[in-house]
Amino acid sequence: MSLSLETAANPENLRRVAIDPVSRVEGHGKVTILLDDKNRVHQVRLHIVEFRGFEKFIQGRPYWEVPVMVQRLCGICPVSHHLAASKALDAIVGAKQLTSTAEKMRRLMHYGQILQSHALHFFHLCSPDLLFGFDSEVSKRNIVGVAEKYPETARRGILLRKFGQEVIRHTAGKRIHGTGAVPGGVNKSLSIAERDDLLKDIYQMVAWSREAVHMVKELHHKNPELYNSFGAFRANYMSMVGFDGSLDLYHGRLRARDENGDILFDGVDYRNYTQLIEEEVKNWSYMKFPYLKSLGKEKGWYRVGPMSRVQNCDFISTPLAEIERREFMAYSGVMPMHAPLGYHWTRMIEMLHAAEMIKDLLHDDDITGSELMASGERGFEGVGVIEAPRGTLIHHYRVDENDLITMCNLIVSTTHNNQAMNEAVRRVAQQYLHGHEVTEGLLNHIEVAVRAFDPCLSCATHALGKMPLEVEVLNEAGERLSFLSRRGDGVLG
Amino acid sequence: MVAPVLIFAIGNESRGDDALGPMLLRELEARLNSGAWESKLRPVEQFELMEDFQLQIEHVMDMQDRRLVLFIDAGMDTPTPYAFYRAQISKEALLYSHALPPEALLKVYEQFYRQPAPDVYVLCIRGERFKLGESPSPPAETHLVSALEFSGQLLLDAEATAWDRLCTQKSPVTSIRSAHETSNIVR
Repeated sequence: MSLSLETAANPENLRRVAIDPVSRVEGHGKVTILLDDKNRVHQVRLHIVEFRGFEKFIQGRPYWEVPVMVQRLCGICPVSHHLAASKALDAIVGAKQLTSTAEKMRRLMHYGQILQSHALHFFHLCSPDLLFGFDSEVSKRNIVGVAEKYPETARRGILLRKFGQEVIRHTAGKRIHGTGAVPGGVNKSLSIAERDDLLKDIYQMVAWSREAVHMVKELHHKNPELYNSFGAFRANYMSMVGFDGSLDLYHGRLRARDENGDILFDGVDYRNYTQLIEEEVKNWSYMKFPYLKSLGKEKGWYRVGPMSRVQNCDFISTPLAEIERREFMAYSGVMPMHAPLGYHWTRMIEMLHAAEMIKDLLHDDDITGSELMASGERGFEGVGVIEAPRGTLIHHYRVDENDLITMCNLIVSTTHNNQAMNEAVRRVAQQYLHGHEVTEGLLNHIEVAVRAFDPCLSCATHALGKMPLEVEVLNEAGERLSFLSRRGDGVLG
Repeated sequence: MVAPVLIFAIGNESRGDDALGPMLLRELEARLNSGAWESKLRPVEQFELMEDFQLQIEHVMDMQDRRLVLFIDAGMDTPTPYAFYRAQISKEALLYSHALPPEALLKVYEQFYRQPAPDVYVLCIRGERFKLGESPSPPAETHLVSALEFSGQLLLDAEATAWDRLCTQKSPVTSIRSAHETSNIVR
């Protein structure tokens, strides 16, 4: 693992190319590349350009408001924040063990979120690149192009997404601003009618999810040279795994492996995350760079998200997803998969797992039970961790005797992946841009690498403006030599 | 049987003026439920009110079998106090992130259902600040009052021909899209 290309030795003599914003990711990200007069790459950085402020947003609020209000941090994955906050605040009400109905309702909600988020990302944000090619005609390389050429693919994406939203609506009580999870449990279970409403479609969702895994797997098999090497870099990886070593997106212990797949730590209580993780601040980015304390800043950074989770667990508890996990692991071989495009394959394995889990939970009588709440000795500090669609999400609160939040610390998935995303774009820049004239197609390669992580920058930051894609090449005197822009509609200007 | 007119607010109530859409929706809901407009309006059952943080592909399913759809949003570059226009299907390929502008949703609708989308209009209220944790700005609250009054006219005569007459501008797809993108980014 290296941090080369992070900072050029003599940046004043280099040309600067900016990709601003990175499209088809949420929020505002910018990539800058420094080239010399022979187009050789000397520096690549993924910038997060605005300041995050959600800790301040939450401090001073009554703790019981938090599970609802944190949903407003991010319009992309509000349910993940809702559940992570609720888990953290279980400790405040002394709920050491949730009722069976409460835990299963929360899990059902979570799997609904995983399903709809993964479906959107694969079918509508990444399929244009994967189906048409990274440097295909830009006017076709979008969801409209996919819908024209692959209408069934686009249709399934919408229906999977809608189903996931319906799971959320039935478990959270509302489409948005749900109140389903509360500190200590949930405030509703499924009615028989709600359960039956979801049951009538779930088998189709499982089937479509399975076909989606096959679709992305086929892409890997057809073009292994690309999929195994594009933007590949070696890294540590971390996720929560179940107490039995299974893939568990809702609860468990923390486990990390090194770049060879060997265990760095295992079975760690996530409430002790501050003993494991430190966050570095760099002067060129507003987003922090987390790393494992035991390995230090240079060697301790890591990846999170689907590719980490699927390779970190020992098995998947649902049969169809487990078959796919084994095939993925066999494809990867002895060493872990490090190529970012592997995220797509593993993301679909997780989508299949989520669909299977929803099916199983809908057949579990506890889901319609009436024991919703647990309580115990009042606490003043709580940590909640879930595996959100994009990776490990940490919520940490302290509450005073007046029930007000006095401290809040959130580490979102995209922040965990900050260094990894930077490494991915550096590899792609080296592989594809180095020594070549800059074109839109080449720049899209950079964006493809970023999109593989499904970053949610609006969660980690926010911005008040969004510019079209602009690439500016300057000479040493700062004079513009060439300029390329892509408007908001994707057309080159 | 779905209500023939869908009124759909887009926005995040914790991000300053991004709250304008949901705030207007609540006002409309209160007036419709109170019966204050009953004597002037057709049956209130013809309206269904919804909201979300942002538009996404699955929202085409909320548009099915509607006669009219009104999206209410906040925008930074919107003329003061608001803009009202008919959304046009974009003929161009649309670049987007996790959120869609109404113009793209229209396109997705036609491809999903293989039939023309309903008549879709956008009421975009001018906002000034969109930071997390901020309350709506005083100018935006003034814009909201104007937009509420205007919405009453829309609900009084909820027909495409009447709404076409009330449009304040044509669908400037590119600039409107930027306004939507801007409001979406801050969520």
